Amino acid sequence: MQVGDGADVDKGSGDPPGGKVRFPGSDGSSVPFEVYSSKEIYDLEQERIFRGPTWNYLALEAELPEPGDFKSTYVGDTPVVVTRTPEGDFAAWVNRCAHRGAIVCREKRGNAKSHACIYHQWSYNARGDLEGVPFRRGVQGVAGMPGSFDLKQNGLRKLRVASYKGLLFASFSDDTAPLADYLGERMLPGIDRIFHKPIEFLGATRQYIHGNWKLYMENVRDGYHASLLHTFHATFNLVRSNQKARVIGDTSDLHTCGDLFITPDPSGASDYKDIATFKDKLSLEYPEIVENRQEFEELVANHLQCIFPQLVIMQIQNVLAVRQVLPKAPDEFELIFHFFGYADDSPEMRRHRVTQMNLVGAAGLISMEDGTAIELVQDGIKSGPAGHSIALMGLDAAEEDQERVPMAENHIRRFWRGYQRLMGF
Amino acid sequence: MKLHFELTELQTGYVAAIDDERFEDWPNFFTPDGNYEIIPRENFAQGLPAGLMHCFGQTMMRDRVVSMREANVFHAHTYRHFVSGLEILSQSADEVVTRSNYLVMRTVNELNADVFQVGRYDDIVVRTDAGWRYRSKRAIYENARVDTLLVIPV
Repeated sequence: MQVGDGADVDKGSGDPPGGKVRFPGSDGSSVPFEVYSSKEIYDLEQERIFRGPTWNYLALEAELPEPGDFKSTYVGDTPVVVTRTPEGDFAAWVNRCAHRGAIVCREKRGNAKSHACIYHQWSYNARGDLEGVPFRRGVQGVAGMPGSFDLKQNGLRKLRVASYKGLLFASFSDDTAPLADYLGERMLPGIDRIFHKPIEFLGATRQYIHGNWKLYMENVRDGYHASLLHTFHATFNLVRSNQKARVIGDTSDLHTCGDLFITPDPSGASDYKDIATFKDKLSLEYPEIVENRQEFEELVANHLQCIFPQLVIMQIQNVLAVRQVLPKAPDEFELIFHFFGYADDSPEMRRHRVTQMNLVGAAGLISMEDGTAIELVQDGIKSGPAGHSIALMGLDAAEEDQERVPMAENHIRRFWRGYQRLMGF
Repeated sequence: MKLHFELTELQTGYVAAIDDERFEDWPNFFTPDGNYEIIPRENFAQGLPAGLMHCFGQTMMRDRVVSMREANVFHAHTYRHFVSGLEILSQSADEVVTRSNYLVMRTVNELNADVFQVGRYDDIVVRTDAGWRYRSKRAIYENARVDTLLVIPV
């Protein structure tokens, strides 16, 4: 069992955390269904994970190029605004007025010198400092704020903000390790590769899935389902199951980085012939949709990097995106794909990236099934007798084999070990 | 008036093919090099290209249909389009730029229907030997959150 940062976990009053929830073991291979549906556990996750000792992805710096640019987003289900300040650095604050608690910033994105709550016009600067309170001295000097009222003590709740290679993160916790340490040395090379030069933001698409957010975080760590649920490649005979892979974790049992390499098969044969979905005669009329134009030293077809708790960095052929997971309820989350290219892309290369956006997202040729699969699990477990899911593939395999064969479910198990540690389960 | 009628006929045929699940007919409403895209209005307004579907030419549309029929897995569902307000923005002898509103209700497993997508079509329609065809059709949708998935073109 991974013994971790016990000090980070607030054990509360001594009651069993999460009520009656019991994980059958500590190796992450078995997950009680109630962690996907319980409102009590959902609320505890907000406190112990999203507002706990983690870094949460907010935005790409490229989305906020000018001083005053802002974007409304969430950390967990807490509304948070991220801004580029007049000084050029970044700030983030809880989008909740210090006065009566109203949402202050109502736009999704924009540029503003200050942010005023419409209710009573309390006004804040880009850093979240309170700058103005109407009628602070009252009317004719009567019925204003008390003389002791201090603007400085009544700003918005600020979050720690840190940036790595143009990725902006925030943390509610003062105790969280510096961002680069949190990501860890095993995760940094993958990020460095994708963000090796300035990027250009190409827009976001949103998908709303009626399932628990953790089902998605399992899904992106799950190489087992890839060729079985998503049959686009197999149908069009585009990939072979003997492709070289490398799936690594970090030392904290939180993050995962999986790469699938392009390995030409001189024989032209397909290992997919034993899979029922293979259709011998089908081929794409427009194969460029999966064509890899090599832009990295390693010839990577598919890069999925999961940063706990709610970020996935993705390169599939030449389409680049970061996916942000926003839990909304025990059985709902929003998934936002932030697409990007490189600032020096030719118009033709940009068009190629846009073409390959067809592969991913809510209408993705190779990914559209994920939402349905997650909802099938949610529907299956929301009622009926108590039970638990299992993730045993590769349990007996050597660590090096688990890293070589993406079908192993070791990275799902690692996710749950990290989760159990943070949650105190 | 005749032009307006002909463009309405094209649009009616287009949505009927989709609503009747005759997806193989869908690419034929375009020119061979025609473009079809579904883009959220929040991106369109910022001049950003990212969307849900980007088919540049009939070949990509046909690949979409084959993938939908043979590869992709999803609950059985159908669309019902409600299209209104066809407006001719500019016209020459062989090319017309139009805009219209669309609402797509999605019915899953013949049980429940929801508003799936609402937006507008920005179209460029050209005269061909076979009649009017879309050289470009962009569905710009306003409800940015796509419920679960989008399989069928709108």
